[in-house]
Amino acid sequence: MKRLRNKPEYLLVPAVFVFFTLLWENLVNVLELSESILPTPSRIFEALVKQFDNPIFWANLWVTTQEALMGFAAATLFAIIAGTFISQIKIVEKTTLPYLVGFQAIPKVALAPIFIIWFGFGMTSKVVMAAVIAFFPILINIIEGLKSAESDQIRMLRVFGASRTQIFFKVQVPAALPFFFAGLDVGILLAILGAVVGEFLGSQEGLGNMVLVFQYNFETPGMFAILLVLSLMGIIAHIIVKALQRKFAFWGDNTNVVGN
Amino acid sequence: MSKRDNSEIQDASQEASWIDVNHLHKIYNTRGGGQTHALADINFSVKKGEFISIVGPSGCGKTTLLNILAGLITRSEGSAKVSGREVTKPLPEIGMVFQAPTLLPWRTILENVMIPVEVQKLDKKVYLGKAKELLKLAGLEGFEDKYPSELSGGMQQRAGICRALVHSPSVLLMDEPFGALDAMTREYMNLELLRIWKESNQTIALVTHSISEAVFLSDRVIVMSPRPGRIAEIIDINLPRPRSLEMMASDAAGVYVQKIRHYFNAANVIE
Repeated sequence: MKRLRNKPEYLLVPAVFVFFTLLWENLVNVLELSESILPTPSRIFEALVKQFDNPIFWANLWVTTQEALMGFAAATLFAIIAGTFISQIKIVEKTTLPYLVGFQAIPKVALAPIFIIWFGFGMTSKVVMAAVIAFFPILINIIEGLKSAESDQIRMLRVFGASRTQIFFKVQVPAALPFFFAGLDVGILLAILGAVVGEFLGSQEGLGNMVLVFQYNFETPGMFAILLVLSLMGIIAHIIVKALQRKFAFWGDNTNVVGN
Repeated sequence: MSKRDNSEIQDASQEASWIDVNHLHKIYNTRGGGQTHALADINFSVKKGEFISIVGPSGCGKTTLLNILAGLITRSEGSAKVSGREVTKPLPEIGMVFQAPTLLPWRTILENVMIPVEVQKLDKKVYLGKAKELLKLAGLEGFEDKYPSELSGGMQQRAGICRALVHSPSVLLMDEPFGALDAMTREYMNLELLRIWKESNQTIALVTHSISEAVFLSDRVIVMSPRPGRIAEIIDINLPRPRSLEMMASDAAGVYVQKIRHYFNAANVIE
């Protein structure tokens, strides 16, 4: 029943894809654009398939995945700790808030060169970059989430004799979960972005590094192929986060979440 | 007075007061530095198993009074006792039903009903049977493992009543519990409440906006007047029990409703 009702987009989404791919393919052919400027979708697909046989590609994919995931995990961990303190203790919130706003105002991508000086050309600098860029949206959602518990729900628990700790774990934490997952959803994409940006600025491996190598050789189809792989990574991460959200925060479908 | 003495007194007489309010005052400090006299010299007591309603126009302090009994806000002067204990914080002897069902959406109905048991660290095994029994009594058998969003508003409110009763409180406080329901559901819920009340033998204090609801349900109706909130009159409702909706059309019921409405009119409030 649900499948039937959703049918229009099941058809429309592939149709739009096919339409624009064909348009792109024919436009490039008709205008006789150079491949190094804009390759056709079929050439990009070829370049992608070629990479599947390339062990270096898989090694690079693994490196970027690790960087993004480790950065994401670190960002999540710190956001949970900081978010708990900030939301629960008024004075901590008041003290840290101006610094958080200031920190958020820094274009974090601009920190990458500094991280490369501090942590070198290896994976560490990319992990740090991914963590720094993913941290803020996760933190903000945790803070908002922990504050989102309805005062009626808290009052109800108080009437039945709940302590502050009980109110925190029985109402505030569950109420925060939909926000938390929304933060993770934004955060994981930013972590991938952070890892790739880090690789752009100085690296020997990773998908970002591969893009640079392709650029150096004017192999534009290869650059597009890696772009496709990065998008796919993002989509898979998003699907996993959404699946976790449906499982652990099934009630929060309509909650207003921050940054989403 | 030790707890033991207390329970002996309660056993000794059905006439013992389960809610005892004496010379209760509540004064709020307003933002402008002034003071608002929300409750002035409130005196009443409620006997075990009695059903009383508190009515009055908006701003008469009836919800403030209930919140003081629930231990949610402190009083300024006087005393408020529930089953012999001075209320200074929420007491386990109290169960409360709110304006909205206030169920936690991530918990099943049964898990919601068990909240007081969990919070008060009572034996879950013992009270699980009680919870299921109450749900059955409230017509929610088979809905134990459903989530609140799968239930209608009336069903959610009935689950809220079960939650208020699960830890066997001696007093049930109800804060306009049916205000959000439509008229049909409301009448049905009134009948349901009378049935649950009869079977559980609770002492109930209900705050309501509806004069006819107060007359229909109560043994006595406490009528309050505003600014400062004080008791205008306590009216005994001598209608026979069990009560039926048809009874509300009788002259006797009409006289009570008129008598109470008179106070509302005197306060220039149209309900």
